[in-house]
Amino acid sequence: MTKLDVSRLDFYYGSFRALTGVTVGIEERNITSLIGPSGCGKSTFLRCLNRMNDTIKGTRVEGKILLDGEDIYSISSDVVSLRCRVGMVFQRPNPFPQSVFDNVAFGPRVLGQTRGSDLAGRVEESLRGADLWDEVKDRLKQDALSLSLGQQQRLCIARVIAVQPEVILMDEPCSALDPIATLRVEDLMRALREHYTIIIVTHNMQQAARVSDYAGFFWLNDKRSGILAEYGTTRQIFTQPRDKRTEDYITGRFG
Amino acid sequence: MNRHRIQRLGFVLVGCASLLVTAPILLVVASIVVRGASAIDWEFLSTMPSQGMKAGGILPAIVGTLWLLGGTALICIPVGVGGAIYLAEYARDTWFTRAIRLAIVNLAGIPSIVYGLFGLGLFVLFLRLGTSILAASLTLAIMTIPVITSTSEEAIRAVPVEFRTVSASLGGTRWQGIRRIVLPQALPGIITGIILGLLRAAGETAPILFTGAAFFLPRLPRTLLDPTMALPYHLYVITTQVPGMPQQVQYGTALILLLLVLSLNVIATVIRSYFRRRRQW
Repeated sequence: MTKLDVSRLDFYYGSFRALTGVTVGIEERNITSLIGPSGCGKSTFLRCLNRMNDTIKGTRVEGKILLDGEDIYSISSDVVSLRCRVGMVFQRPNPFPQSVFDNVAFGPRVLGQTRGSDLAGRVEESLRGADLWDEVKDRLKQDALSLSLGQQQRLCIARVIAVQPEVILMDEPCSALDPIATLRVEDLMRALREHYTIIIVTHNMQQAARVSDYAGFFWLNDKRSGILAEYGTTRQIFTQPRDKRTEDYITGRFG
Repeated sequence: MNRHRIQRLGFVLVGCASLLVTAPILLVVASIVVRGASAIDWEFLSTMPSQGMKAGGILPAIVGTLWLLGGTALICIPVGVGGAIYLAEYARDTWFTRAIRLAIVNLAGIPSIVYGLFGLGLFVLFLRLGTSILAASLTLAIMTIPVITSTSEEAIRAVPVEFRTVSASLGGTRWQGIRRIVLPQALPGIITGIILGLLRAAGETAPILFTGAAFFLPRLPRTLLDPTMALPYHLYVITTQVPGMPQQVQYGTALILLLLVLSLNVIATVIRSYFRRRRQW
């Protein structure tokens, strides 16, 4: 099943076209990794999927992104409800400077979804879902910034899960973490794959190969605009890349 | 002279300079405490002045100053902080917002007597509030709002943009992000700004001179439309307008005003340092 159907997506920062003609279908309940060098539009593409680019002045989107067949950029679609369905985990762990509990409860609270004991249940469920419950169950009232970086990032994942999204976007979620913490997040991603559609931007080739089912390779065209040069199953991309540039990139022939 | 000697001489010079900065403050405080402390007892704080203000206490001046502070706070906190939120979070950079910022910077530099005359013209005469606590509070508030707005705006801007982005990504509206994340983070800075602004209001004479301060009143104010005595103006009166005033009453009054202002200052410092230690971004 295709969860997100992107067709001929162009993206502009002012007059600069940062993405050109990206067309791709993201499979439901799979992990799709986006790889490619810095500055070729991977993060920009990711941020199109939950309209986070809307907050940047002078940006413009052309083309279509359908979530379950519904155009997320149509006038009738509501940004807030879109972001409830498409959650995001950022590069640097960024819990709010509040307690562990308040961090996870933030989404359900602002959306007015749950209260009282329901809320406590939702928080526990989300922390369990993010494989963090056992480590923090005795210190839910503690400042989230007292957790280790790896724990903080899993807390951020719990915070997203608490909103009960369908899609989770991850923008280099492990780049600030050590290898052990990275492995835990990767294990977590594989567990989350049962329930969520995950799209991850990563610079770590091994990570893309290890965790993802599908992979997209971004590159720059001759106008220095980002394009999706190749897309396929992770196995195909990493073993039989069709595009010469993909092959050169994943074998490390580019920097 | 070799360079090490020059360095030592330099240290001595800047050391002397820093001493010169602190010495007057210490001298002022010390002389007021020495000459005024003996005047202060419970009676001084809790009774009305008597015998043409030469004896008795300064209760109405203390109460009046608290009334004025309260009235000023009620007006300037919502307006000042609200304006700061608008400027920091919502306002686009247009000629209009630039003009507002310019006005705020310039308002902070206007002499306080000008505020006093403005208050007389607008609140006392035009709006017919008379010389009253309300008119004086409004005048003090106008003087205080720029301080609160600029410090609050700075405190709000210091909160990383990231938190607003994350809040939005979790489905929060802009206001929810501000209300639940940004404002709690900026609160210590905002509170410091509020206290520093009120501090200035507490000690000012000129803005209340024509708008609400009374030379002498036989009873405490009852409503916001009553005029009131106030510590700074009372001090001015008993040091310049009343012949044969006992010196220790003058210094005692000064000491009370000083203590009020100092305690507000200490509160502001404590709040700021407490939250600064907790902040980790």
